[in-house]
Amino acid sequence: MFVPFDSTMLLAILPEILLVVLAGVVLALDAAWQPEKRRWLGWLTVVGLAVAFILTATVSQPESEPRLLFGGMLRDDWLSFAFRLVFLFGAAITTLFAMDHEALGRKGEFYVLLLVSTLGMNLMASAGDLIMLYLAIETTSIPLYILAGFITTDDKSTEAGFKYLLFGAMTSAVMLYGFSLLYGFSGETNLYLLAGKLGELPMPALLGSLLLVLVGFSFKVSAVPFHFWAPDVYEGAPTPVAGFLSTASKAAGFAVLMRVLLAAFPAALPSWQGLIALLAVVTMTVGNLLALAQTNVKRLLAFSSIAHAGYILIGVVAVNAAGMNLGMASVVFYLIAYLLTNLAAFGAVATFGRVSGSDEMDAYKGLSRRSPALALVMLVAFLSLSGMPPFGGFIAKVFVFAAAVEANWIWLAVIGVLNSIIGLYYYLTLLKYVYLYRQDNLEEEQKPLPISRPYALALVLLVIGIILLGTAFNPWFEWSRTAAASLF
Amino acid sequence: MIPVEYYLGLSAIMFVIGALGVMVRRNPLVIFMSVELMLNSANLVFVAFAHAYQVLDGQVFVFFVMTVAAAEVAIGLALIVSIFRSKHNINADTVNELKG
Repeated sequence: MFVPFDSTMLLAILPEILLVVLAGVVLALDAAWQPEKRRWLGWLTVVGLAVAFILTATVSQPESEPRLLFGGMLRDDWLSFAFRLVFLFGAAITTLFAMDHEALGRKGEFYVLLLVSTLGMNLMASAGDLIMLYLAIETTSIPLYILAGFITTDDKSTEAGFKYLLFGAMTSAVMLYGFSLLYGFSGETNLYLLAGKLGELPMPALLGSLLLVLVGFSFKVSAVPFHFWAPDVYEGAPTPVAGFLSTASKAAGFAVLMRVLLAAFPAALPSWQGLIALLAVVTMTVGNLLALAQTNVKRLLAFSSIAHAGYILIGVVAVNAAGMNLGMASVVFYLIAYLLTNLAAFGAVATFGRVSGSDEMDAYKGLSRRSPALALVMLVAFLSLSGMPPFGGFIAKVFVFAAAVEANWIWLAVIGVLNSIIGLYYYLTLLKYVYLYRQDNLEEEQKPLPISRPYALALVLLVIGIILLGTAFNPWFEWSRTAAASLF
Repeated sequence: MIPVEYYLGLSAIMFVIGALGVMVRRNPLVIFMSVELMLNSANLVFVAFAHAYQVLDGQVFVFFVMTVAAAEVAIGLALIVSIFRSKHNINADTVNELKG
């Protein structure tokens, strides 16, 4: 399983190398270029990420057998490959959304922090060792703290960054204590060697360290009871950053959750299944019920993203030790569908907020008359979030619930379906504002709502992606299945 | 030689003090100090077990944890400064424009 170093191993970390190079180039050009030229930094980042995406997809495919590289620090398998592509795509779309943002677009450091955070996510998806895992999680989080508080002139933004940092630092300290106990009980830091030693441990010690580790992961995926930060941070952070937080960062959290639970805790499988099932039920229900009362669209999306974390956890529960069922494959598929959908939703909110300056639901009245195209994007994104065919969100929910039924967690699937119905209500409420309500002052509806080129490009890409995932889902699902199978 | 259980006990006490500090204290600087205490309790476990097992992995881990802690605090102080500039107060209870 362990592979001694040779130079071809560098191909396996090609995306990370490209990200570092790109970040360096952007940083250097930011210093060298005149302020009026700096808008091109955004396009440079997008093109760089696209090149990295294509090179990763073609050159750095993993070998058929999973390998542990660099002394076991990284595991080169299809799961990390799939997630790397997802993160690179998410970062590119976020860059497109940030480019015309007044406070972000011309700042080279914004793009650098975004790239470094993406680098951390890539490493999270492939980490095979506790040391690497901790460093990767922090490499992801620390730039995100700054990005959330990026607009220092805006009190809400700095407060968002501050709250995110406080919660993040505390939960990661708890998680680190869990890591230290795992190391203490086994004498190993490698996830795949840990499992063998942990099997002999008494259950309370094993479950105790598992709980501590789960605190950190629940924060990353914003599962209840570690979800408090999400609505505040999403509301205060710049909208493109909030979109990135709720999709790529959450996906990275799930990649780590799946790998650690399966690699290091196979001995406690029935116990953690019960625990995660409980977490899933609470997360879905709390997220959906609190979303009902929201009047700010970004807060609504925050609670909806908490609820979605609950749905995805259902897929994690529905795993069996042999690994031949739908469970993990449905999680990977759901994450891809959710990334596209939620980025589209946040992108539409960013486009609208940039012109109108408001994220309140009332401001969305009459949007379908003011900008039919943007209203259509919102329709696609929110129907996909609520799980309506023919969009990606529907297929993703079907697979997750099917996985639960297949693994005999039928009550969990039933609760999931009931929760989707609650979700439908608040998604449709927002669409009612967009399509049915009129502004009190009809002149408001005549004001133009320009959609600049980067926004248009990103939104079109995402809408096509959502529809593709919902109609021609077979290749995507096979891909998710391959990725998930490499976990075992 | 001091048995490893003693180190484990001390680190558990440090961890609990740190966690309580995070929850009870309202001054962000003290909250950061409490987080440091939690991180250091983990470091203590790493070092103690690295010594007990006579393998170096745990000690290497501690170096990385200290680096990360420094980075985290640097960001935290920067954010505190920018909040202080606009509010002239950093009490965690007055930083409440966003209702959670």
